[in-house]
Amino acid sequence: MLRIGRVLKDKSNVVEALINGDKTFRLLSTTVASHGAAAPAIKEKHEDVSKPKPSKDSKSFTMNLFRGGLETSQVFPYPKVLNEEQSEMLTMLVDPMSKFFDEVNDPKKNDAEEKVDETTLSGLWDLGAFALQVPQELGGLGLCNTQYARLVEIVGAHDLAVGIVLGAHQSIGFKGILLFGNPEQKAKYLPRVAGGEMAAFCLTEPASGSDAASIKTRAVLSPDGKHYILNGSKIWISNGSFAKIMTVFAQVPVKDEKTGEVKDKVTAFIVERDFGGVTSGPPEKKMGIKASNTAEVYYEDVKVPVENVLGGVGGGFKVAMNILNNGRFGMAAALSGTMRAVTKKAVDHATTRVQFGTRIDSFGTIQEKIARMAVLHYVTESLAYMISGNMDSGSQDYHLEAAISKVFASESAWYVTDEAIQILGGMGFMKDTGLERVLRDLRIFRIFEGTNDILRLFVALTGIQYAGSHLQEVAKAFKNPTANLGLIFDEASKRAFKKVGLASVPSLDSHVHPSLRPAAAKAAKSTVQFGDTVEHLLIKYGKKIVNEQFLLNRLAQAAIDNYTMMVVLSRATDSLNRNLPSAEHERLLTEIWCQEASERVAANLGAIQSKDKIDLYSKLSQAAKNICANGGFVQQNPLQI
Amino acid sequence: MARVLVGVKRVIDYAVKIRVKPDKKGVVTDGVKHSLNPFDEIAVEEAVRMKEKKLASEVIAVSCGGPQAQETLRTALAMGVDRGIHVEVSPAEFDTVQPIHVSKILAKLAQDEKADVVIVGKQAIDDDSNQTAQMAAAYLNWPQATFASKIEKTDGELTVTREIDGGLETIKVKLPAVISADLRLNEPRYATLPNIMKAKKKPIKKVTAKDLGVDLAPRIEIISVEDPPVRQAGSIVEDVDTLVNKLKEKGHF
Repeated sequence: MLRIGRVLKDKSNVVEALINGDKTFRLLSTTVASHGAAAPAIKEKHEDVSKPKPSKDSKSFTMNLFRGGLETSQVFPYPKVLNEEQSEMLTMLVDPMSKFFDEVNDPKKNDAEEKVDETTLSGLWDLGAFALQVPQELGGLGLCNTQYARLVEIVGAHDLAVGIVLGAHQSIGFKGILLFGNPEQKAKYLPRVAGGEMAAFCLTEPASGSDAASIKTRAVLSPDGKHYILNGSKIWISNGSFAKIMTVFAQVPVKDEKTGEVKDKVTAFIVERDFGGVTSGPPEKKMGIKASNTAEVYYEDVKVPVENVLGGVGGGFKVAMNILNNGRFGMAAALSGTMRAVTKKAVDHATTRVQFGTRIDSFGTIQEKIARMAVLHYVTESLAYMISGNMDSGSQDYHLEAAISKVFASESAWYVTDEAIQILGGMGFMKDTGLERVLRDLRIFRIFEGTNDILRLFVALTGIQYAGSHLQEVAKAFKNPTANLGLIFDEASKRAFKKVGLASVPSLDSHVHPSLRPAAAKAAKSTVQFGDTVEHLLIKYGKKIVNEQFLLNRLAQAAIDNYTMMVVLSRATDSLNRNLPSAEHERLLTEIWCQEASERVAANLGAIQSKDKIDLYSKLSQAAKNICANGGFVQQNPLQI
Repeated sequence: MARVLVGVKRVIDYAVKIRVKPDKKGVVTDGVKHSLNPFDEIAVEEAVRMKEKKLASEVIAVSCGGPQAQETLRTALAMGVDRGIHVEVSPAEFDTVQPIHVSKILAKLAQDEKADVVIVGKQAIDDDSNQTAQMAAAYLNWPQATFASKIEKTDGELTVTREIDGGLETIKVKLPAVISADLRLNEPRYATLPNIMKAKKKPIKKVTAKDLGVDLAPRIEIISVEDPPVRQAGSIVEDVDTLVNKLKEKGHF
């Protein structure tokens, strides 16, 4: 028992390293850190060691996965948040929205002209598509996240570039006002953004991409204290050429009341183009989402009234991260629409195309493609509505899940569209088929709003931090064992059981449909493996784990696989219980996913502890170093010519 | 200013592939997408435009059918109709409701609501009857202007351009009158989402055919509904002479 205590005590370093903002971690956490996760932990350090206070318990499945726990409250049952009136309303909205995109919007034309056609744009404003979540009394439709998800699914099925124009406006552009605006700010700005004034989210700068806290744009209080004078420039701003109302992030010098030290802190501002001093560059030329506008925006001595500070001075980082966290499910929703649309094209082709005298959908090669496309879509769609449902029920603990949904959706949509093109062969490569545009449009989804690489590290590190904070409590308990005997005994017995292989795999039987129990058992087993691996990482690497990206990425992948297994188990159970006509098919998809995902979890977690694999990662690292030192590949071609 | 009554029928959506029921007594409607009859949509648009041009004071939409008829009324309300009347018809009766019943209902409502103009689509895309406007005019003893492609209002009269075989006919009708809308009368607007939400608050009155004194007893019996014949597979002939002979044989030449 003492040995365990010592190990845990050492491991509390990890938490401190994470909290104290070790340079490396700052880079990661600042880009993606969930709000408030670090704050309570910092406080803990000053508390009496004899009374370990439990850190805020998260209801997130993924967070608890890192502690080796199975927290099912946000996974089972599959959320059902729409009341009868909301469902009825949504049913009425779906048709006109689809009809508009079928009949008015022309994605080919938008793409070719690199702008959204005027008729479409004004039609979208009339339609109300730019104000889906603005409260009704302020001129919007007042939709909840789940209703929003269903409508953006339609957008994603038709035109991702238009999706970006809409998303840059309402998913991030004015979302800050919706989430953090005071009543005056809401009353002043929401009717305007609902009524025809375009909004934009202005965070990224030339020297500040993934490391969002390093922005250089600054705002300084004017001598009379009435304005902030804003200076700086932003790049790659969607709707940047014509946005009238912008959420702009800038450094503001803030004096620490205790130390008297002045430090720059990120602050969010509502900036109107009409304030003066706001200019923008020409539209950028892009690989995809061409019809959406992307431009640089410059601020030169812009006078921003002090009442336009959004979410408090110094609160900008929290504002930015919350906006992004809050909007990510929308991407999963939109991209599940995309996958549905491209798969339809592939299936239409596969069921009519005859080669070698046989319809090609009867070939195993094509069947495997179509089945995989369907599974990836099923997971993505289930993620989108699981998260929107949790958000609508008031969950605050959805950040890791939202990040997972963004990563999963963007990678799946890419794979699915790529395979759709493959199924159509030469026809898929032709512009008129409309798939190449979708593939180009999709590429950015793995990059923007937090690259998938950063989000994977975010998932791994936030989870490790949560696990670490728990271990720290245990470590503290060891400092005063008599007062905390219960906690110590719990931990010790948990570990002892695991050591002798007595730890039982938790059962999901009460949550899942009886026919899904075998699949659920695979998922449950994966969660146990996961918790053990996190503990191994903390013990072996201590605070150095933040630098082990080869391992963190594999851990994140295992977290994604673990969470997505739960999500489809939950959805398929719901469909089976409701006896939906598609229930049996959904069971099939879920079984396929759980089989393969659990195998991947075992492989990825195994790799983290495998000497051979770790050796391989250092070789990969060395190869990259050689190449970078050489400015490209080291060897010439075999001819040496 | 005139009060306008518009008929709106819920039909199987034009994009749906129609399937005949196994008992051949009708077509499959369960779980099939329905929408507002496109010609009625044009009628609604025209009525709403009349209101926007201040030619009409109020626009009332009428739909006969089961509970889902309300969805169709909501669509009309979202397009700008002021209020709706839902004439409840049980599913059993609905199968044999014919233009003669609907025109009696419309005629009665036109009188009750003191309507000056009744506009309906020239036909519904499900049964293609093209009778309701004509019969409603007869029951009301009002003038009729069918297949309208343009409607203008002059003092107490309407100048209506009609699409007839090989050209256009322009007629004048005195109010009150019954009009049926043709395809080119206008391009209906898209119901916007905010208007759909507002439409929820607009009133829909429920009445039954009995309330209106209309007997829905069937006048017809459906004997059989058949799929269109499947196109026969063609055959390839050896040469032109054979082709010509075959055509002659079949009397095409």
